[in-house]
Amino acid sequence: MPRPDPTASDARTYLDHAATTPLRPEARDALLAHLDAPGNPASLHAAGRDARRVLEESRESVAESLGCRPSEVFFTSGGTESDNLAVKGTFWSRHAADERRRRVLVSSVEHHAVLHAALWLGQHAGAEVELLPVDRAGRVEVAALAEALAAPETVALVSVMWANNETGVLQPVEELAALCRAAGVPFHTDAVQAVGAVPVDVTAADVDLLTATGHKVGGPHGAGVLVARRGVTPTALLQGGGQERDVRSGTVGVPSVAGLAAAFEIAVKAQPESATRLAHLRDDLVAGIRDVVPGAVLNGAAAERLPGIASIGFPGCEGDSLLMLLDARGVEVSTGSACSAGVPQPSHVLLAAGQDELEARSTLRFSLGHTSTEADVAAVLAAIGPVVERAGAARRVRR
Amino acid sequence: MSGPGGTTPLRVVAAMSGGVDSAVAAARAVEAGHDVTGVHLALSRNPASYRSGARGCCTIEDSNDARRAADVLGIPFYVWDMSAEFHADVVTDFMDEYAAGRTPNPCLRCNERIKFAAVLDRALALGFDAVATGHYAELRTGADGLVELHRAADAAKDQSYVLGVLDQSQLRHSLFPLAGSAKPDVRREAAARGLLVADKPDSHDICFVADGDTAGWLGEKLGDRAPNHGGDIVDDATGEVLGTHAGTYGYTIGQRRGLRLGRPAPDGRPRFVLDIEPVSGTVRVGPREGLRVTGLRGVRPRWCGAAPRAGVPLACTVQLRAHGAEHRAVATVTGDDAALDVELLDAAEGIAPGQAVVVYDGTRVVGSATIATTRRAVPA
Repeated sequence: MPRPDPTASDARTYLDHAATTPLRPEARDALLAHLDAPGNPASLHAAGRDARRVLEESRESVAESLGCRPSEVFFTSGGTESDNLAVKGTFWSRHAADERRRRVLVSSVEHHAVLHAALWLGQHAGAEVELLPVDRAGRVEVAALAEALAAPETVALVSVMWANNETGVLQPVEELAALCRAAGVPFHTDAVQAVGAVPVDVTAADVDLLTATGHKVGGPHGAGVLVARRGVTPTALLQGGGQERDVRSGTVGVPSVAGLAAAFEIAVKAQPESATRLAHLRDDLVAGIRDVVPGAVLNGAAAERLPGIASIGFPGCEGDSLLMLLDARGVEVSTGSACSAGVPQPSHVLLAAGQDELEARSTLRFSLGHTSTEADVAAVLAAIGPVVERAGAARRVRR
Repeated sequence: MSGPGGTTPLRVVAAMSGGVDSAVAAARAVEAGHDVTGVHLALSRNPASYRSGARGCCTIEDSNDARRAADVLGIPFYVWDMSAEFHADVVTDFMDEYAAGRTPNPCLRCNERIKFAAVLDRALALGFDAVATGHYAELRTGADGLVELHRAADAAKDQSYVLGVLDQSQLRHSLFPLAGSAKPDVRREAAARGLLVADKPDSHDICFVADGDTAGWLGEKLGDRAPNHGGDIVDDATGEVLGTHAGTYGYTIGQRRGLRLGRPAPDGRPRFVLDIEPVSGTVRVGPREGLRVTGLRGVRPRWCGAAPRAGVPLACTVQLRAHGAEHRAVATVTGDDAALDVELLDAAEGIAPGQAVVVYDGTRVVGSATIATTRRAVPA
């Protein structure tokens, strides 16, 4: 039986860059340049020194890209690990230093890597988790955080993402970080979707902890970063050889980290031009879809958003059906909802912003990236009309 | 669409449970030239709450097995959330039926309401032509142009009984690629095709009862609802109270084990559950001959093709439980097609209301009805 060639890009339209964006040539070069090197950066001989040099140069490069010091950069396996390390590790260290610090404040629209880490602390570590509300556009209400910080001595940490992965809505990170700074509470932000898409500068934003990952900006999978600024030391999740200054044990994947650093460098450098280009494509996409499907709803329209993400509700349709029908026509998007064992759940992000379950389930997320072109937009616009019609018919046969 | 066995390529949804049968059925549909999309039905929003292990059809493991089979076949694969429909039409009905003292067959119900209804309707609306499953049954086109449902070639695996609820509009959009095959051949074929589920054990029992303990599951789910209250176990002939029980849901007509009556019958012969009265919570027991049934009335008849003429006795055979024996019978549709009277020429034993009576003409399934009442050979 013939198997599909996974590398074939024949007429496929890939608009799921927020899930993973293709490897950038610069990242591939950096990855391949070090893939055959034998050394472990912890070894003391020449091969070890060579590896360590690449590791530290990568760290310096990432620090440069993100606006922090090299000593503040910790390499991890990716966004989920960085978020867990930030949320759990900071809770543990802060709570150990002062038992009153039991409260963990996170937004209600966080990625599950933050949300579930916080809820885990609530279930297993005595934390009191508070979900910060968002407005109809999906923005965290600054006043709600200010109120929650009225008793700062009880707060272990605050975590609010830089930009939402489903809607692209940007959060008022600098305002929130300033409130936390004034209250003396560490502030973490998951910037996985933001790096390379909008300007992200750790020092300028004055955040204490920041998560970023390679494969969302054109680096390899399996390498991520937690920035933890001086004065914040998360307790380690993993016990072992004490790598990454005892914060993250485990041999660092030097080739992957070199690829990540190269991807960050090129993505951050290209960010202003890329943002303009992608915003233009996205606006064409949204306008074109609304021409064909007048009832389509752009989620988060009232908020500032990432240039490359458009989350669109198609009333009367199910996102699952839309996704399948577009997939059959070679257009690859996501529903923006999480899967629980393959069973699609309505998006907690859209529910938190006040949508009902039916509205939330009608959503598709189109996300553009560095390889997106006008042809991709045209392919969606050619397919979306009949797809919405069919999906609507399929919805109507359900009770 | 073309009839079953036709060569016109169809757009087919292959319902893939994660088991070997549906995987091979999907493979054969692909090989027949159809444009096949694999679909796994999520029947619970919380899959871990249904079966664990590899026996059922509702676990994360099964979903992954189905996905891997689709990968190997190189076909698209999606999970369709049918949990709301499944709960409303199958699980709730199962509880209601037990609460009414009957013994339902949830697999028939699932075929009638989910696989060949909710799933088929959705598939047709999405532009598909048919649903293929791994059931062992055969479709033929009759002289009248109607699609006929027949028993599978492998009598031991024949599943026409659980498909006896399908009407013509459902059968016209169904494909059963395993029709002519024997199970060992299907397993060999799966192995030859590189499908990792080739050695996976067959599914048994009821997929939504996690540990196979149906009585325990019912006891928990029915809560305080009748018949989840204790009652008496009485001698069917004398009315003498022989013992008590914690809820009639734990009993099925024909059951012999687990009665815990303490003292033996005066004649020393084993006793069986003969009848269940849910309102009073009475379980009636008696000797084996009390189980013999010479006739029954079925309600809610479903016909695969044209309904038999009302009032005209039809010489046929009937099957009264999954994998049960065939009985010679005469079936008569009542005037308003509301019921089916069946006279059994070979007496049957231990027939429980709630089960289906499936009517056959040779190997062909004529239709089915839900057993409402039975006529016992030995009156109480």
